[in-house]
Amino acid sequence: MKAFKKVNGLVLPIDRSNVDTDAIIPKQYLKSISRTGFGPNLFDDWRYLDPGEPGMDHSKRRINPDFVINQERYQNAEVVLARDNFGCGSSREHAVWAMVDYGIRVVIAPSFADIFFNNTFKNGLLSIILDADVIDRLFDEVEANPGYKLEIDLEAKTITTPSGDVIAFEIDDFRRNNLLKGLDDIDLTLHNNADAIKAYEAKRKQEAPWLF
Amino acid sequence: MAKTLYDKLWDAHLVQQNDDGTALIYIDRHLVHEVTSPQAFEGMRMAKRQPWRRESILAVPDHNVPTTDRSGPIADPVSRLQVQTLDDNCDTFGITEFKMNDLRQGVVHIIGPEQGATLPGMTVVCGDSHTSTHGAFGSLAFGVGTSDVEHVLATQCLVLKKSRSMLVSVDGAVGPGVTAKDIVLAIIGKIGTAGGTGYVIEFAGEAIRALSMEGRMTVCNMAIEAGARAGFIAADEKTIEYVQGRPFSPRGEKLEKAIVYWQTLHSDQGATFDHEVHIEAASIKPQVTWGTSPEMVVQVDSKVPNPDDEADEVKADGMRKALQYMGLKAGTPIKDIKLDKVFIGSCTNGRIEDFRAAAKVVAGKKIASNIKLAMVVPGSGLVKQQAEQEGLDKIFTSAGFEWREPGCSMCLAMNADRLAPGERCASTSNRNFEGRQGQGGRTHLVSPAMAAAAAIAGHFVDIREI
Repeated sequence: MKAFKKVNGLVLPIDRSNVDTDAIIPKQYLKSISRTGFGPNLFDDWRYLDPGEPGMDHSKRRINPDFVINQERYQNAEVVLARDNFGCGSSREHAVWAMVDYGIRVVIAPSFADIFFNNTFKNGLLSIILDADVIDRLFDEVEANPGYKLEIDLEAKTITTPSGDVIAFEIDDFRRNNLLKGLDDIDLTLHNNADAIKAYEAKRKQEAPWLF
Repeated sequence: MAKTLYDKLWDAHLVQQNDDGTALIYIDRHLVHEVTSPQAFEGMRMAKRQPWRRESILAVPDHNVPTTDRSGPIADPVSRLQVQTLDDNCDTFGITEFKMNDLRQGVVHIIGPEQGATLPGMTVVCGDSHTSTHGAFGSLAFGVGTSDVEHVLATQCLVLKKSRSMLVSVDGAVGPGVTAKDIVLAIIGKIGTAGGTGYVIEFAGEAIRALSMEGRMTVCNMAIEAGARAGFIAADEKTIEYVQGRPFSPRGEKLEKAIVYWQTLHSDQGATFDHEVHIEAASIKPQVTWGTSPEMVVQVDSKVPNPDDEADEVKADGMRKALQYMGLKAGTPIKDIKLDKVFIGSCTNGRIEDFRAAAKVVAGKKIASNIKLAMVVPGSGLVKQQAEQEGLDKIFTSAGFEWREPGCSMCLAMNADRLAPGERCASTSNRNFEGRQGQGGRTHLVSPAMAAAAAIAGHFVDIREI
């Protein structure tokens, strides 16, 4: 996994709550057996006016000019600003792969759905939870200032606005450490815990033999 | 100290507690399907790893499979490749799989319990959010992403942080015509789709205990729609009776030992929860969703709500967007909403009792002329066989329903079964998100009996009035 230290990225505001994983990446694209190539289909139903299917040349489709992702001022965004319960719905990690493939490095919202939240950290995408009133203010600032960027420093656990305001955020140490170092969870578990897992299994076979 | 069921399940699977607050939790059962596993198997192959415990895994293709004729290969080449990839991965890694034309094939959350692969007290994971279904057996079951699918394949464990616990107690008895689906939709309507975020939910109370195992699965299935990764119900005599004599369930001495343990799978008297919700069962009426989130739900005898009555501006805006997408006007009586299609099936309502309930409503009647398609999709080949032995298929087909092969089908429309833009569907599935059943499609979630009644009338009706 790619290490994450600091990002100074253009902010894309997605101003609606309960953005679900079907909206982030519609089901027809889940038929892929790869982890990459989902970027052109991020928010597909909102982004294009015509229906999409895997294998199409998406650059030839009719875009929806009203949806933020298509607007000139938000091109090459790296930070998504969102509302409550972002990523609700299915467990599909394709939703995170689509965001990463598009170029998103950070998502900021007042709350996230649990599975999506967990999936982001496995793919080097940083999810940050902030108070709803801070989120409201950021939405206002993004709207008022074309080219609005936020600097996210994972080491310092801070977000710096263009005017120099510093917003602190919380993240648990395990996730922060893995992101900073770009560590692979499986390697870590096998390296640190293989003996403990074997010992657990031996004990469990005695206690609950019907499970083996 | 008095423990909750969650505490007991957590403690029994704790391999190691880490200083940073995370814990390594052992997974007893790993269910696998074709959509969320190929990248995990690819990761295993790249790292030259083998599954830690292949006997813990049961795989089945369900999301992409056609529900029509299966004598030939899958017509859609992309779906075909994904199903073929699962077959190849299971063959390569030595994993038990019920392939597409196996009688035991079906929706992964239907076949786990059906086979006895889901047992009380287990930890169960699958790369699918509706894994919460298996919590009906007093087990800790939750959906995971593909990275965690790979983590469980490689290590049999997950790194987790303990969630907060919520008790949802449905007190007293429900009235006639009110099903498990109505109970869980009413719960979601009350606590909201993010109400359970960060929590696991224990469903309890007289109305929950009164449910059959299949009804309990319906309730736990939709815990995720309330934002909770896991939902579960204490094991009792019904649970213990249900799991016995199935292909994967224990026998003889092992069974006797298991039963002693299973009888402890409940929250202790005096155990405390981080949050409690109490609902009067008698207040729950048949439910119909009107919007694009499962929390946008009302009782069948009421009207489509008005965003102007909502004080929270973000919420009101969400309601307006939902009304526009759904093509509905505030104030319209639910019973006046006309339908184009009806779907009965899914991991929520694709079991034999669901089809019996729907068939009872349909028997001797015909679907309304405005219904373009009414389809019944059994949850598994064995459910289909059972229904056919009971003659339910004939009841449905005589009424004008299509009787299909098992799979996820139009719950998420990954296969050929889908709504056209603007089409309106009464569906027994679990999600009414925009585009869920096909781009531009409009979904109303209901119980099997309510869906069946809507197919006959052509619009929603109150099941208690027929």
